[in-house]
Amino acid sequence: MNYFIDGFAWILDPANWTGPGNIAQRLGEHLAVAASVLVIAAVIALPVGALIGHTGKGREIAVMVSGGLRALPTLGVLTLFGLWLGIGLAAPVLALVILAIPPLLAGAYAGFESVDRRTVDAARAMGMREIQIVGGVELPLGMPILVGGIRSASVQIIATATLAAYLADEGLGRYIFEGLKTRDYAEMLGGSILVIALALAVDGCFAILQRVVVPAGVRATRSRELRSRSSRPRTATG
Amino acid sequence: MFTATRGRLGALALVAVGATVALAGCSSGDPLDSGSSDSGDGSSPTIVIGSQDYYSNEIIAEIYAQALEANDITVDRQFRIGQREVYIPEIESGSIDLFPEYTGNLLQFYVPDTTATTSDDVYAALSDALPEGLRVLDQSPATDQDSYNVTKAFSDANGVTSLADLAGVSTPLTLGGNSELATRPYGPEGLKSVYGVDVAFTPIEDSGGPLTLKALVDDQVQLVNIYSADPNIEANDLVTLEDPEGLFLASNVVPVVSDKVTDEIADIINTVSAALTAADLVSLNGLSVNEQQSADQIASDWLAEKALF
Repeated sequence: MNYFIDGFAWILDPANWTGPGNIAQRLGEHLAVAASVLVIAAVIALPVGALIGHTGKGREIAVMVSGGLRALPTLGVLTLFGLWLGIGLAAPVLALVILAIPPLLAGAYAGFESVDRRTVDAARAMGMREIQIVGGVELPLGMPILVGGIRSASVQIIATATLAAYLADEGLGRYIFEGLKTRDYAEMLGGSILVIALALAVDGCFAILQRVVVPAGVRATRSRELRSRSSRPRTATG
Repeated sequence: MFTATRGRLGALALVAVGATVALAGCSSGDPLDSGSSDSGDGSSPTIVIGSQDYYSNEIIAEIYAQALEANDITVDRQFRIGQREVYIPEIESGSIDLFPEYTGNLLQFYVPDTTATTSDDVYAALSDALPEGLRVLDQSPATDQDSYNVTKAFSDANGVTSLADLAGVSTPLTLGGNSELATRPYGPEGLKSVYGVDVAFTPIEDSGGPLTLKALVDDQVQLVNIYSADPNIEANDLVTLEDPEGLFLASNVVPVVSDKVTDEIADIINTVSAALTAADLVSLNGLSVNEQQSADQIASDWLAEKALF
C-alpha cells in the first residue's frame, strides 16, 4: 500500500471538498488562524525589535528572552493556556503568538542593526530627526531582513497551527488528529501534505516580497556586485 | 549573469530531484512496520508487556508484570505505546506478547458495526473476531468504558440522569471528546439514531483529561466522554448518564496475548483478572491521579493487599 499516493488521492477526492469540514473550509480556517497570530505577534515584536535595532540597547535582553521563548514547547504552553482560558481559539492563538515572537523580534532588530552606522550618521548630519531616520533610512534598508523574519515566523506558525485542532474544531490539524486516531492514514497524510503545501506557498510569497522590498539603490549596487562576482570564475577558468 | 542564472536553475533542479527521490523513499511500505523482535533462546522466553499511553492501562500492565516476575518469569516492559491504532499491529506482528485491553473498544476496533452490547456477548464476539495468532484470556469484572457525563448542576436543572432524557432538553447541546469520537458509532450519529438527540461536537484532544473537565465545568460543552473508571467523575461531582439502549458496549478489562503466552502464564494472569474489581480499578486510578503515586508502587501495593503470589 502506498500511503503517499493515498494521501494525494484523498486531497483530490471531490467528496472531501464538500460538506461541513471540507478542505477549502479547513484551509481558510488555518490561514485565518495563522494570519491573526502573525498580526498580533508582529504588533508586539516589530516595534520592540525596531527600537532595539535603532538604539542598540537591550539587545542582550532580547536575545535572552527570545531564546527562552523558543525553548518553550508549544503543546505544553497550549495546555497551560487551555486550562486558563478554556477550549476554543484563544489558547492556541496565544500559544502560537509566543512561538512567533522570537523570529519576528530577531528579524526586526537584525534588520535595523544591519544598516551601516555611517549611513545613519550621514542622515543625522543632514538634519533628519530620529523618527525620520527610523522610518526613512533604517526601515527601507533593513526591510529585506525584517521580511525574512516575518517569513520564517509565518512558516513556523502555519506548521504549528495544526495544534489549533487540539482544542477547537478549526484548521487542517483536524485531519491529522482524526486520521491518526481512526487509522485513516490517507486523511492524515492528505492533511499533512496540505499543511506543507500551504507553508511552502506562503514561504514563496514572502520570498518574492523579500526581493521586491529591496530599495532600488541597494538593488543597483547588488547587481553590480553580482556581475563582478560571476565574472570572477570566468577569469579563473579562462 | 547568464551563468549565475543557469547555475541557480541547475541547483533548483537538483533540489527538486533530490526531494522527489527522498519522498518516494518515504512513501513505500508500512510506516508502522518496525519488524518483529526476536528474543528467542527458547528455554524461557521473555514476555514483552505493552500498555496504552493511558495511566490506568499502565497500572494494569504493571500489575501483570509484577505478577509474572513474582513467578520467576522474565518480562520486558514496553509501556505507554499510544493508541490502539498504533500498538495493535505490534501485537499482531508478535513484537508484544501481553497487553491489557478493553473488550468493547477492542471489539469495535475489529468489528465497527457490532451489535453486541452486554458484557458476555461482547466477550464472545471479541473471541471470534480476533485474528489468527491473537487470543484473549479471561475478562476481569473491572470495567473502564466510554461514558457520557454532565455536571450535577446541568443534571438537576434539566432533570437528566439518562441519555434518553437528553431528547427533552431544549437548549443546544455540545459534546466534547477526542476527535475520533466524531466518527465512532457511539458519537453524535449514535446519539441521534439511538436516542434522537442532536448534539454539536467539539474536539478536545486530551482523552477526558483536565481540558475536557474545564470545558464541561465552564459550560463550553454540556456533555463529555470520560472513561467510567476515571476518579475525576466522583471528584468533580459529575453525573454519568445511564445508557438504557446500550449505545456503549460493555468494556471489561481483558488481556490480549500472543502465542508465546503459555498455560502457566495464562493461569497467573487469569488469577489477577479475577481479583481486579470495578471498584478496585477506580481506586487504583485515584491513587495515580490524586496521590500522584507511581504505577510501580500502586501495582505492588495492590498485589500485597490482595495477597496474590
